[in-house]
Amino acid sequence: MSDHPPAAGRETGFASVVRSERFTELKSRHRRFVFPLAVFFLIWYFLYVLLAAFARDLMATPVFGNVNLGLLLGLGQFVTTFAITMAYVAFANRRLDPVATEIREELERTGPNAAPEVRG
Amino acid sequence: MSAVHALARTAATPTPVENNPVLNIAIFLAFVVVTLVIVFRASRNNRTAADYYAAGRSFTGPQNGIAISGDYLSAASFLGICGAIAVNGYDGFLYSIGFLVAWLVALLLVAELMRNTGRFTMADVLSFRLKQGPVRTAAAITTLVVCFFYLLAQMAGAGGLVALLLGISGPVNVGIVIAVVGILMIFYVLIGGMKGTTWVQIVKAVLLVGGAAVMTVWVLAINGFDLSALLQRAVDTFGASQKAQDAGVSGAAILAPGLQFGANPLDFVSLALALVLGTAGLPHVLMRFYTVPTAKEARRSVVWAIWIIGVFYLFTLVLGYGAAALVGPDAILAAPGGVNSAAPLLALQLGGPVLLGIISAVAFATILAVVAGLTITAATSFAHDIYANVLKRGTGASGSLDEVKVARRTVVVIGVVAIIGGIVAQGQNVAFLVALAFAVAASANLPTILFSLFWRRFTTRGAVWSMYAGLGSALILIVFSPAVSGGPTPMIAGVDFHWFPLSNPGIVSIPIGFLAAIVGTLTSRPTEDPALRDEMEVRSMTGYGAEKASGH
Repeated sequence: MSDHPPAAGRETGFASVVRSERFTELKSRHRRFVFPLAVFFLIWYFLYVLLAAFARDLMATPVFGNVNLGLLLGLGQFVTTFAITMAYVAFANRRLDPVATEIREELERTGPNAAPEVRG
Repeated sequence: MSAVHALARTAATPTPVENNPVLNIAIFLAFVVVTLVIVFRASRNNRTAADYYAAGRSFTGPQNGIAISGDYLSAASFLGICGAIAVNGYDGFLYSIGFLVAWLVALLLVAELMRNTGRFTMADVLSFRLKQGPVRTAAAITTLVVCFFYLLAQMAGAGGLVALLLGISGPVNVGIVIAVVGILMIFYVLIGGMKGTTWVQIVKAVLLVGGAAVMTVWVLAINGFDLSALLQRAVDTFGASQKAQDAGVSGAAILAPGLQFGANPLDFVSLALALVLGTAGLPHVLMRFYTVPTAKEARRSVVWAIWIIGVFYLFTLVLGYGAAALVGPDAILAAPGGVNSAAPLLALQLGGPVLLGIISAVAFATILAVVAGLTITAATSFAHDIYANVLKRGTGASGSLDEVKVARRTVVVIGVVAIIGGIVAQGQNVAFLVALAFAVAASANLPTILFSLFWRRFTTRGAVWSMYAGLGSALILIVFSPAVSGGPTPMIAGVDFHWFPLSNPGIVSIPIGFLAAIVGTLTSRPTEDPALRDEMEVRSMTGYGAEKASGH
C-alpha cells in the first residue's frame, strides 16, 4: 500500500484525463484565479509590513481622533482578507466545483482503467 | 523581548493580585469534567485508524472551522497578543495581522488540494508521487520539530497563567502545574483520539471567543463605544508609566509602530514573513482538513476559521488597548506571568475575581486543547509516517490498529517531552515562541507542499533538500540568535554565543527552503513515476478517490 506499484495498467487513464480539454480548463481556471490573488495579497501585506517597519512617522499620522493611518491600514488588511475569502468561495462554487464534480463522477463511473485504492 | 521588559521584570517584585484561587480552580475543574465527559462519549466510536486520527472524517465544515479556530487561537493569540498590545501597543497588533492574512495561503493554495490527496498526515501528500522512504521521513521530522516548538510555547503559557491564577510562583511549583497540564492532555488524547480532541477544541473555541466578545463589549461600553476615547486613555496611562519613561517615549508612542521592533525593523520583517507563510505549513492545522468528508467542506471550514479568527483578533485589539488603558503596562509587567497576564488582569479589573476566574479558566482550557491537538498530530505523524510507512513498510501496517497502538504510546512520550520542555521554557513570551514554530513550518514545510501540488517537475531530491535545508537553517539560526543567548531575555542566561542578529530566522531560512527545492529539483533527473504525477494532479483537482466519511 505504501510503496508505488508498477504503473503499467493505469497510466493511460489518469494521463488522458490530465490531457483532456475539460481538465486543463479546470486547472487553468483555478490557477488564473488563485495565483494573481495570492500575488496581490502578499504584495499588499508586505507593503504594509515595510511601512510599519520603516515609515513609522507616516503610520503615526492621525486620521481622525486618535485613530492613525497605521491602524486604518492594519484594519484594511482585515477587510481585504475577508473580501478575498468571500470572492474565492463564490468563484470556486460557481466556476470550479461543477467541472471538478463532472470529471470526478465520470471517473467514478468508468474508473481510470481500474482505479487504484487510496494510498497512504 | 525588549531591554525594558527585562528591567521592569527584575526591578519590580511581583505584586500579589487580588484573587480567589479556590474559585479559579473550581471553574477550571468544571471545564475539565465537562470536556472529559465529551471525550469519553466521543471515544466510543474509535474503531479504525481513520476514527482515531481523522475522527472518521465525519465533522462538518462549520464544526471543523470552529475547531480550527480552537487550534489556532492558542495561548499565543489570546494571552500573547493582548499582552503585546497592552505593553508594546501597535507592534502587538502586527502579530495578529500576520496570523490572519496567512490563512489566505491555506485557503487559496493548500487546504482543498491537501484534503483531496492525503489520508492522515502532511507526509501523505508530500510523498504521494515521490519516493516514500526519504520524503516521509523528512516530513515526519519537520512535523515533530514544529509541534515541539509549538508545544513549548503552550506549556510556557500554562506556567505563566497558573502562576497568576493560583498565586503560585517559583520554578518548582509552576513545574508541578505544567506536569499536571501535560498529564491531563495525555489522558484526553489517549482516550478521545481526534474526535475527542476536536470536540474539546470546539467547546474551547466557543468559550474563548464568547469570553473575549463579552470583555470587548465591556471595554467599549466603559468608553462610550468610542474607539478614539479608549485609545486616548491608553495613551494617558502609557504616558504616565515607568515603561514609557524607561524607553524615553511619549504616551502617543503606544499608537504607532516601533515600541517593540523599533530597534531592529529587519527582525520585524523576518517575523512577518514567517507568520504569513507559516500557517499553511503547520502540521496540526493541515491535519484538521482530514476530519471533514470532502474538499468542499475543507473550504467551508477554512472560511469559518478565517471569520472567527479575524473577528477574534479585532477583539484582541480592543482588549490589548483596554488593558493598556485600564490596567497599565507597569502593573502588567510586575504581575506574575508578566506580559502574558494582560488579559487576565483586564478581566479582574472589569469583572472582579469571578470574571478573572472565568477568563483564566478559558485561557487554561485553550492551552490544554491546543496541546492535545499538537500531540495527536505529532503522534500520528510518528506512527503513520515513520513506523507504518518507513520502518514497517510493505507489511500492511499502514492505517492498521497496530499503527494506532504505536500512536497511543507516542502520545505518552510526547507528553513527557512537552512537560520537560515546558518547564525549561518558563517565562518566555508565548507569542515569540510560536513565531519560531511558524518560521520552521514556513522554511521546512511550505516549499515542499506548494511545489508538490503545483510543480509537475518537482523531484524527491528537491523535496528532501528543501525540508532538511529549511529545517536545518531555521534551527541553526535560532540557536545562534539573540533569543537563545546574548539578547535581553535569553533562554540561556550568562553566556553569549550569538552571531545571527535577528530573533526570527524566517527572512533567511524561508528563501533557503525554497531555493533548496528548486536547486535539488533542477539538478536531479526526473525519475519519478509520471503516472503517479498525473494521478495526483487529477485527484487534487477533482477529489477523485479521496477518502470519504466512515460509516458510523
